Amino acid sequence: MKVIVCVKQVPDTSGKVAVKPDGTLDRASMATIINPDDKNAIEAALALKDETGCKTIVVTMGPPPAEGMLREIMAMGVDEAVLVSGREFGGSDTFATSQILAAAINKIGIEDDDIVLCGRQAIDGDTAQVGPQIAEKLGLPQITYAADIKVEGREVTVKRMLEDGYMTIKTQTPCLITAIKELNTPRYMSVGGIFDCYNKPMSVFDFNTLKDDPLIELDTIGLKGSPTNIFASFTPPQKGQGEMLEGADQKTVDVLVDKLLAKHII
Amino acid sequence: MDFNLTKEQELVRKALAEFTEAEVKPIAADTDRNSEYPKDTIDQLFRYGVMGMCVPKQYGGPGADDVSCAIAVEELSKQCASTGDIVATHNGLCCGPIINFGTEEQKKKYLGMLTTGGKVGAFALTEPDAGSDASKGTTVCEDCGDHWKMNGSKIFITNGYVADVFVVFAMTDKSKGTKGISAFIVESSFPGFSVGRHEVKMGLHGSPTAEIVFEDCIIPKENLLGKLGQGFKIAMNTLDGGRIGIAAQSLGILEGAMEETINFTKARVQFGRPISKFQNTQFVIADMEVARNAARLLTYSAAAAKGEGKRFTKDAAMAKLFASEACMKYTTKAVQLHGGYGYTNDYPVERMMRDAKITELYEGTSEIQRVVISGNVLGK
Repeated sequence: MKVIVCVKQVPDTSGKVAVKPDGTLDRASMATIINPDDKNAIEAALALKDETGCKTIVVTMGPPPAEGMLREIMAMGVDEAVLVSGREFGGSDTFATSQILAAAINKIGIEDDDIVLCGRQAIDGDTAQVGPQIAEKLGLPQITYAADIKVEGREVTVKRMLEDGYMTIKTQTPCLITAIKELNTPRYMSVGGIFDCYNKPMSVFDFNTLKDDPLIELDTIGLKGSPTNIFASFTPPQKGQGEMLEGADQKTVDVLVDKLLAKHII
Repeated sequence: MDFNLTKEQELVRKALAEFTEAEVKPIAADTDRNSEYPKDTIDQLFRYGVMGMCVPKQYGGPGADDVSCAIAVEELSKQCASTGDIVATHNGLCCGPIINFGTEEQKKKYLGMLTTGGKVGAFALTEPDAGSDASKGTTVCEDCGDHWKMNGSKIFITNGYVADVFVVFAMTDKSKGTKGISAFIVESSFPGFSVGRHEVKMGLHGSPTAEIVFEDCIIPKENLLGKLGQGFKIAMNTLDGGRIGIAAQSLGILEGAMEETINFTKARVQFGRPISKFQNTQFVIADMEVARNAARLLTYSAAAAKGEGKRFTKDAAMAKLFASEACMKYTTKAVQLHGGYGYTNDYPVERMMRDAKITELYEGTSEIQRVVISGNVLGK
C-alpha cells in the first residue's frame, strides 16, 4: 500500500498579493505556504503511515523553488517527493493541472491498495476542482470533504462533511479522497525529519517524462490547454473603518437610527 | 566566511517558530501566572525531537548541530523563557555531558531515555555554600565496593522536581580539592533520592526549580560519569556549552520583547501620533536592533565553534555575557516604552523583564563570565 498526496504551494495570504500586468498572480514575488487543506491531506497520509507502515509520496506541480516545500513535507515524515515542473506546464488551469497530475500519478503507478489524497481546495483559486478531476482522469472512485478516514484492508470508510450534516461512504482502494481541515491537526516538521529530508529521494518529472501519457498533449496542458481565461486579478479595496457607538441609552439608539437612515439601510 | 544558516538550520527555525506561535505563545502568560510546568509542551517537544536534539542518531536522537540547538532555544524563548530554559537545561546540561563523557553503555541507556524515552534531564552542581565557587561543595559520594553512596543536597536545580535523570557532582576525595570532585548519573528513582523545597522565583515561573537531597543515596557502580576526580572538568566543560544555551535564551527573550515593543509603539497614540514616530522610541528600537544582531552573531559563532570542535570557552562566555546583559537592559526599555501598561501583566514585557534577570545570574553570573573572558585574554 502507498499513499500519494497532491499538494500546492500557494501565496501566503497574510502577506501582500502581487498581480502581473496580464492579470495573473505574480507568484515569484509573494511569500508562499503549503496550501492549508493540503496539510490535512499530508497528515492523513502520515497517520496511515504510522498505522500501517505504508509508503507516502508527495506530488506537486510548480516551479523549481517548490522543492523547498517538498523538503518541508518530507521533514514532516513523507518518504518521497515528485516535483512536476516544466515550461510547457505553465499557466495551467484546473483542467490542465489535473491532466498533468493524473499523468504524474500514472507514472508513479497506482496499485490496487493505493490511496490518492488531495486537499479540498487551494486558497488562491478556491475551485476545489483539481482533486475530483484527477479522480475522473484516473478512473478512480472519489470521496470529497473527508472529515474522517478509516482504512481496513481495501475497504475505505469516509465521513464526508456537508453543509447540513454528514454522509458516510464506503469504497474500495484504489480511490481518491479530498481532505478538509476538520479531518485532523497537521503535525509540525520534526528535528529528525529536518536532518533527513535532504537525503530523501526527490524526482523531477518534466514534459519529456510525461509526454507519452495519453493525457499529455500540447493542447491539453499549460496555458493552451486551459479552457479558463482570467480577465483580471485584484486586491479588493479595504472597507472603511467602522464606527463604534457606546452606550445603552435612548440617545445612542437615536444616533444609530439616524445613521442607518442616512445610509438607506432602514 | 559564511554568515548564512544551512538549509537544515533555516528549517529548524521555521519549525520552532511555527510551533512556538501555535503551541507556546497562547499559554505563556498562564504558565507564568500559575507557575505551571508546561508538561504538554515538553511532551510535544519530545515527539518532535527537540528534547535531546543534540543526541547523535546512533543513540536515538536526531543529531542536530549546535547552531540548530541554539536556534531552537532562541525561538521558544521569544514567547516563553521557561520553556526555553527547560529545553536548554535538558539538552546542554544533561544530554551534553553524557554525550561527551559517557561510556558506550551509559550513552545507550541514558541518551535513549532522554530522547525517545521521554525522560527529562537535569544538572546538579550548585549548593548553598558553593555557587560561583563550585569547588566548595559538601555533597559527598563514598565508594562502597559494589555501589556508591551519596549524601548532601543541591539547590536551584532546573527541572528539579520533574527530571528523571540528573548529572550530579560530588566530592569523592575531599583532600584533593577540585580534583576530588566526580560526576555521577543519578536517577530520581534511586533509593535515598528526594526532592526538597520548590523555589519561588522572580521569573521563569514555568521552569521547575528545586532543591534535591541525597540521603545515603545508592548509585550503581557503573554510573560514575567520566573518570574518578574528573568531575570539576566535566562541570566546567558542560557549563561552557550550557552558556551558549543561556545566550540563545537571552537572545530569544530580547527578540520577543522587541517584537512586542514594535507592535505596541506603532499602535499606541499619544500627542496625536503613534509613539513609534517619536525619536526617543526610534533610538531605543535602533539600539535594540543592534544589540539583537550582535547577540545573535556572538551566540551563533560560539555554537559554530563548539560544533567545529574548537576551543569555545571564551566565545561562550562572551555570548552569554553580552546577550544576557542586552536582554536585561532592553526588556527594561521595553517596559519603559509600554509606559504604565508595561508594568501590568496584561502585556508580556512585564514577564519578559522578570525572566531576563536570571540570564545574568545562572550558569555563571556576569561577573564570572568576565573572570573567564579576562582570564583567556590576559593569561595566567
